[in-house]
Amino acid sequence: MIEGVAALGNFVLFLFAALVYAIAPPYKPRLLIRQLRTIGAESFFLVALIGLFTGMVLGLQGYNTLRRFGSEGALGTVVALVLVRELGPVLAALMVTARAGSAMAAELGAMQATEQIDALTVMAINPVQYLVSPRVLAGVISLPLLTCMFDVIGIWGGYIIGVGLMGAPSGPFFNGIAQNLGSHDIAIGLYKALVFGMVVMWVCCYKGYHAARMATGVSRATTDAVVLSSVLILAWDYFMTAILL
Amino acid sequence: MTHNGTKDGPAIIVRELRRRFGKQQVLDGVTLECPRNQITTIVGPSGCGKTVLLKHLNLLLRPDSGQIFIDGIEVTRLNSRAIDSVREKFGMLFQAGALFDSMSVFDNVAFPLVEKSNLTRDEIRARVLEILRQVGLEGMEEKYPSELSGGMQKRTALARALIRRPSILMLDEPTTGLDPTRTTAIHQLVRSTQQRFGLSAVMVSHDVPQVFAISDRVAFMHAGKIEVSGTVDEVMSSENENFKRFLAGRAAGEEERPSSQVVATVGR
Ligand SMILES: Nc1ncnc2c1ncn2[C@@H]1O[C@H](COP(=O)(O)OP(=O)(O)OP(=O)(O)O)[C@@H](O)[C@H]1O
Ligand SMILES: [Mg+2]
Repeated sequence: MIEGVAALGNFVLFLFAALVYAIAPPYKPRLLIRQLRTIGAESFFLVALIGLFTGMVLGLQGYNTLRRFGSEGALGTVVALVLVRELGPVLAALMVTARAGSAMAAELGAMQATEQIDALTVMAINPVQYLVSPRVLAGVISLPLLTCMFDVIGIWGGYIIGVGLMGAPSGPFFNGIAQNLGSHDIAIGLYKALVFGMVVMWVCCYKGYHAARMATGVSRATTDAVVLSSVLILAWDYFMTAILL
Repeated sequence: MTHNGTKDGPAIIVRELRRRFGKQQVLDGVTLECPRNQITTIVGPSGCGKTVLLKHLNLLLRPDSGQIFIDGIEVTRLNSRAIDSVREKFGMLFQAGALFDSMSVFDNVAFPLVEKSNLTRDEIRARVLEILRQVGLEGMEEKYPSELSGGMQKRTALARALIRRPSILMLDEPTTGLDPTRTTAIHQLVRSTQQRFGLSAVMVSHDVPQVFAISDRVAFMHAGKIEVSGTVDEVMSSENENFKRFLAGRAAGEEERPSSQVVATVGR
């Protein structure tokens, strides 16, 4: 019990340290740029692909459901709202966890196991500032961007299936989006993405950074990171939705 | 080489250092002095606590009790910022190398200069190439640690430890796994670097007795204590039973205490 509380305290302090060191000098923009590239390069196509299929399935299901009520014209609105407010941020975050997050947990875990983190420390380089802060920042920056891409591709996917294949009316699809998708909805989606970006990198870096120094330690850290970060994303999504709705 | 006015005092003083891991008392009252501008070599059977001691000296681990003075400053109670300013003096070679495996040999060795100095790119390049030549790794700049042999990794790590010309050098088995010729060459490099830049070195080594040739002082560690220490001659004429058994075991090419760990006698 006490150990659990202490572990939770360390977990929270870890994020706090990463954020404080992110704004404290010395500034190393090239570390941030490298992490942005890593996250972007690793997750770009996956996010695009998942966005496309999510939009397509929404177009299909949405069309079939709405047709029962004779309101196929609302298809664009439904697809866009569901993507922008919920599925975009959540699924993009899960995809980033699966690709970039797990890779980071494994990388930091291996660095811990082979004393590379100790080597940084002895060189008077703060390992949290050097390794963790750029990753958390990169997550906070890149996840909203990836989410936007997910949303746009998803809406096109819904259009292709709903309008192109199933025959929903084309005009109302985009008119509905223009009329009903407010800046409030977009803000909620981006806000979620930003928080998820932080959560993913926080969890994955924490698990990797504290990996046990043995061969199974790294694989354990990677699994734990993906599981915990997925659970936190979905749980947090519920609470944020309940509060922000 | 003045630091805080302690020009002539020992570079490192350790007093009654104790540290336990679980039930195991790994450091059991270590007392040791490493004089300035000298090489102090720590020898002892595998598992006696040499690496743990070194990790206390560079403040990666905190003791349960006891004191450590670096250039006259008591460091065991310092806050992390003050510790970092002490660490600026250190160059450290880890027993397993601890090279950054995402970086090439060149970037590994250049790393402390890139991060911690104001040298220009060209100056850094010249320094790195010079030190790589000294450790016998010219032409290896573009290789990655995973593409190197164990001995080459050791030498890369040594180059990284030396590159900033630290005033205090800590080497955890710099020659373990090297062939005899390389061992001698690395010993000579440590000696000449130490003399050229007037630095103080603490070295853990299993290359007994070869390493005594370049050591000023020797400390024999046994079961968490320094049992014998002094100049090489003093230590060699010591009557300590454990040390005599340790030396005899070395000469016969066998471990004094059987250990499940792979030890440095392999291949010697
Ligand atoms: N982090 C740790 N947690 C628990 N026990 C440890 C830890 N680090 C070291 N020990 C224990 O401390 C003892 C001394 O280990 P140390 O690595 O200092 O040995 P050593 O003298 O360097 O041996 P070698 O010559 O083989 O490198 C060992 O019994 C080891 O099991
Ligand atoms: Mg050791």
